[in-house]
Amino acid sequence: MSLPASRDDTAPAPRGLVVDIQNLSLTFETKDGPVYALSEVNLEIARGDFVSFIGPSGCGKTTLLRVIADLERATAGTISVNGMTPAAARMERSYGYVFQAAALYPWRSIERNVTLPLEIMGLPAAERRLRAKKYLDLVNLSGFERKFPWQLSGGMQQRASIARALCFEPDLLLMDEPFGALDEIVRDHLNEQLLRLWDKTGKTVVFVTHSIPEAVFLSSKIVVMSPRPGRIIDVIESDFPRDRSLDIRETPEFLKIAHRVREGLRAGHAYED
Amino acid sequence: MASAASLPLPAPAGRLRLFAFNAVPVAVVALAVILLWYAGAVWLNADLQIDTFARAGKTDWTTSDLIAATWAQDRPLLPAPHQVLAELWKTTVEMDIGSKRSLIYHSSVTLSSTLLGFVAGGLLGVLLAVGIVHVRVLEKSLLPWVIASQTIPILAIAPMIIVVLGALGLKGLIPKSVISTYLCFFPVTIGMVKGLRAPDLLQMDLMRTYYASTAQTFWKLRWPTALPFLFASLKVAISISLVGAIIAELPTGAQAGLGARLLAGSYYGQTIQIWSALVMAALLASLLVALVGLIEGAVTRAMGGRR
Repeated sequence: MSLPASRDDTAPAPRGLVVDIQNLSLTFETKDGPVYALSEVNLEIARGDFVSFIGPSGCGKTTLLRVIADLERATAGTISVNGMTPAAARMERSYGYVFQAAALYPWRSIERNVTLPLEIMGLPAAERRLRAKKYLDLVNLSGFERKFPWQLSGGMQQRASIARALCFEPDLLLMDEPFGALDEIVRDHLNEQLLRLWDKTGKTVVFVTHSIPEAVFLSSKIVVMSPRPGRIIDVIESDFPRDRSLDIRETPEFLKIAHRVREGLRAGHAYED
Repeated sequence: MASAASLPLPAPAGRLRLFAFNAVPVAVVALAVILLWYAGAVWLNADLQIDTFARAGKTDWTTSDLIAATWAQDRPLLPAPHQVLAELWKTTVEMDIGSKRSLIYHSSVTLSSTLLGFVAGGLLGVLLAVGIVHVRVLEKSLLPWVIASQTIPILAIAPMIIVVLGALGLKGLIPKSVISTYLCFFPVTIGMVKGLRAPDLLQMDLMRTYYASTAQTFWKLRWPTALPFLFASLKVAISISLVGAIIAELPTGAQAGLGARLLAGSYYGQTIQIWSALVMAALLASLLVALVGLIEGAVTRAMGGRR
């Protein structure tokens, strides 16, 4: 995959959009009546963006990510992923998905967990081993190929699951609160590594979180969401350098954006009551 | 980044202590069973022995005479453990394996139909479970029949199966193993339906994101997840497969097998022979279950060891 030469976000051509969502709604029909999980969502994600969905639980951020991944189907509106329907994009294996839990298969070694998607896609064994080595290196897990998941810490397991999402080299990475279950220190560390990975590979990342500092630190675009019905209430562009470090969290710019996110979340809640 | 590759392994001392901890209760329970058995033999055989003493005109017997005699009858109501052991020794170690009275010979006859029935039942059980898990309508249409099949007493249906199969020209090994199959497919089906549905939502969603086919999802996710369930079911299945094989030998008047041995023993009142056949069946069942456990252990180790 090639790195994007430059990111001119002022007027992204529609063709440059990785994800294009127009008037999208999703309603779950339940016994107790319809649940409006997503309502009239509009969002454009350009190639190379790092987009975070932030909001309280029930705001539809995970649902929106799952719609992009074709794990849920929208009930109204249009969505395209890489210029295709989400179903076609899933068939093309256009995205790597990282879940809240590592979801490693306990009977497979770390290497065989990472190469699981490659096996399914029918890559030859030699190539699979090469890719496993490359991406385990990238997430700092070299030497753990033959270990089994239970022999790794939670943070290491989640890194292995990121290597698994990267190893078939999708341009789009969908991450659903991947570090939510980890402690603050490990989380900071992984955030830095993820940022470096994003900078190095030029992938488009869509990241779900409920942590304001995490969202502000990582993102080039923060999507603030609100529940009942799940909707977007603010989209904040931020232009920290791609090779930022954790220190930027002390800067006024960072605090200003964090404040705006917090205000948005608060407004969303007031709306609800 | 953490790089501690070394992981704590259970220390040998810990394993030894665990062993010592287990050995004491095991020995205590075994001892209690043997003592109870001896006491039971005295209690059950005493009436008969007192009669025998009376008929022989012997009146000056003591309690210890009575106890010793109840443990040495030819046809006791309940033979003492050492009598059963002696009979087992005589009919296994001392006797030629080709002999019609060798327990090894009879065991091997029963074992062959047990194993054939077990393999067929295991396969049938897995196939039914795969069908039920993948085809929604099969759960509603097939599962009630599977459950109903097990509510029929096997002793009632076994003679009919043998008669029907006999009419079709099938005799000997096949009808016997059909009854084993009939009994042992059930726990495998129930266990595997549960096991093949055991993958959690996240693991299933992962397969969906890879656009994996149903077959790939089956072999790479459902099947490995179901293996612990399979082995639990197989342990039940192999022991009831043996029960099925023995039951199948009863109504046919089979010439050979542990069932035939039980039947012959009860015709002639040879209680020691019956009990030695029973103990042999129990030993065989434990051996078979242990064998499945051994395979399970090897498979579990190959699949990462700790689950």
